[in-house]
Amino acid sequence: MSFLSITNAVKTFGTNTVVKGFDLAVEKGEFVSFLGPSGCGKTTVLRMIAGFERPTSGKITIDGRDVTDLAPNKRRIGMVFQAYALFPNMNVAGNIAFGLKIAGLGKAETEARVQEMLGLIGLSHLAERYPYEMSGGQQQRVALARALAPKPQVLLLDEPLSALDAKIRVSLREEIRDIQRRLGITTVFVTHDQEEAMSISDRIVVMNGGRADQIGTPSEIYNRPSTRFVAGFVGTLNVLRARLERQPQTVTVAGTSVQLAQPVRTADADGNLSLALRPEALSLRPSEGRDVAFDGLVKSVNFMGSVIRIRMDVGGEAISFDMFNSPDLVPPAVGARATAHAASRDMFELTA
Amino acid sequence: MKKSFPVVPVLTALFAASFFVVPLIATFYFSLKMTRGELGFAAYASVFNSAEFLTTITYSTIASLVAILIGAVIIVPTAYWVRLKVPRLRPVVEFISLLPLVVPPVVLVFGYIRLFGSNSWLPLTTTTAGTDMLLVLGYVVLSMPYMFRAVDNGLAVIDIATLTEAAESLGASRLRTIATVIFPNVRAAIISGAFLTFSISLGEFVLASLLNRPAFGPYLVQLGQDRAYEPAALAIMSFGFTWGCMVLMQVFATRKPGQRWFPRLTSRPAQRTTA
Ligand SMILES: Nc1ncnc2c1ncn2[C@@H]1O[C@H](COP(=O)(O)OP(=O)(O)O)[C@@H](O)[C@H]1O
Ligand SMILES: [Mg+2]
Repeated sequence: MSFLSITNAVKTFGTNTVVKGFDLAVEKGEFVSFLGPSGCGKTTVLRMIAGFERPTSGKITIDGRDVTDLAPNKRRIGMVFQAYALFPNMNVAGNIAFGLKIAGLGKAETEARVQEMLGLIGLSHLAERYPYEMSGGQQQRVALARALAPKPQVLLLDEPLSALDAKIRVSLREEIRDIQRRLGITTVFVTHDQEEAMSISDRIVVMNGGRADQIGTPSEIYNRPSTRFVAGFVGTLNVLRARLERQPQTVTVAGTSVQLAQPVRTADADGNLSLALRPEALSLRPSEGRDVAFDGLVKSVNFMGSVIRIRMDVGGEAISFDMFNSPDLVPPAVGARATAHAASRDMFELTA
Repeated sequence: MKKSFPVVPVLTALFAASFFVVPLIATFYFSLKMTRGELGFAAYASVFNSAEFLTTITYSTIASLVAILIGAVIIVPTAYWVRLKVPRLRPVVEFISLLPLVVPPVVLVFGYIRLFGSNSWLPLTTTTAGTDMLLVLGYVVLSMPYMFRAVDNGLAVIDIATLTEAAESLGASRLRTIATVIFPNVRAAIISGAFLTFSISLGEFVLASLLNRPAFGPYLVQLGQDRAYEPAALAIMSFGFTWGCMVLMQVFATRKPGQRWFPRLTSRPAQRTTA
């Protein structure tokens, strides 16, 4: 039995069904991210777990207990908001102590727990500060400490890093993950940033139009996206038109014959299908295992520091890929002919 | 390059100010002339030595404070609830709160007398306590436009929806959220509303006089008819009092949480730092 489970959750606002049969089972201590574009229902699902929205239908259980109709203040949920939402009238210590006072902890116990939480977020020296006296990153760390102080069963974070500078965003996400591991708290993290989701999650739920398109580990999601949407949303992906040449798995792509790793499943009546290829599966250098060669024209070369992004036209198909920069590397010239090498096992069929 | 002195604007400002300042100076000057042939504060002393002045102002002060308290307890949760749950109805509630500006107090008090008169279902006017209560409730109504506006503006600057959810996720009940999160964060607004309420109800005449209560407003009017110098002294004092209220309102409105009333002698390192 999983610790947090959402079963066939549906949420309708008026006539607008925002969450359409959402299922998820989260294990105790797991860090799960909801990833998807703005408006796909991530926040709504999170708010249903927190109890701020009541599912139109479906069931939510936490630690075996049905909480679907339980009020939010009875759920023992820790919540972190994008806009920090610290209480402006209380200082840092007061904010962290808020939930402890409600839980009825004694003065000494509260004090000790506040100190412990301040140590956890590394802000012991700012206990007396008020929210308006702190930076966004500090405020969000206090918000995290406040949410964790009463030892919630589940920690929910709704795009907690979106309002912060790029640099702090990266360091704070590592800090959040580190604290989460140390406490072993079951966590659901909402983001629209795929890199963020990839870098900190045990598992990712890729959401699209109110549904979970795919649920899997970051590497599963990235390397084996099960739908076109997931493939496109997570990383950049080359989508190539292909034609079934011979059953079960020989296809023609950009004039080159390719033997796929899996039998073709979704070719239409004319034998057309879509193949996906990750940019990093392509290289200008031939190597063992790269059994497919695409000859084409270099359309653009973008120097991006440690990597160089190259776009090519191969037999009418656009492909793009990155190569690592090195001092002795001479990038191909725009307009020159070049050959991109790929492994047929890295090419997969997009089934939905 | 030196800017030329802005003659016309300054003259205009002085001219406009004179409309306000000259009568004030004249009144002040007049109030000092009670003792023939010399300038002094005899009129002020006379006012403070009057027992009636002290009892009426005490009565009005208490009535105003109670009205402020009741007003805040009614209006803060209402404004909060409307913003949180039925934001669509906010214009309606705002309109209702403005009605006391449209309906004259005379109409209000006659309504009260009819509704709570001696042969009504709830004869409040037959007892002193009942009439006092009507007066206080009347003040609550009169101050509603100001109180509601102040509190509603105060609620607008904090994200009450998210703060409420934050408090709830930490286990707080609605009542506790209002008491420990919402109230403290609109305290400055409540105090602004309170000062406005106070300056309205302290000198209020119509309600107090028609309900026949020993309030400051009727005393003021009576004094104006009976005496010459004391009303001038009172006018100057109430002017000073109103300005004092406005200064206090500013102080409260701009004070941040945790800020001291007076700067500390040793400075605290409270600059914003980055993470
Ligand atoms: N309280 C609400 N009333 C009506 N529509 C809502 C409400 N909350 C969210 N929605 C709609 O539900 C959709 C999903 O919203 P949300 O869950 O916030 O998406 P995300 O967090 O993925 O950006 C949006 O189209 C939004 O307009
Ligand atoms: Mg959202």
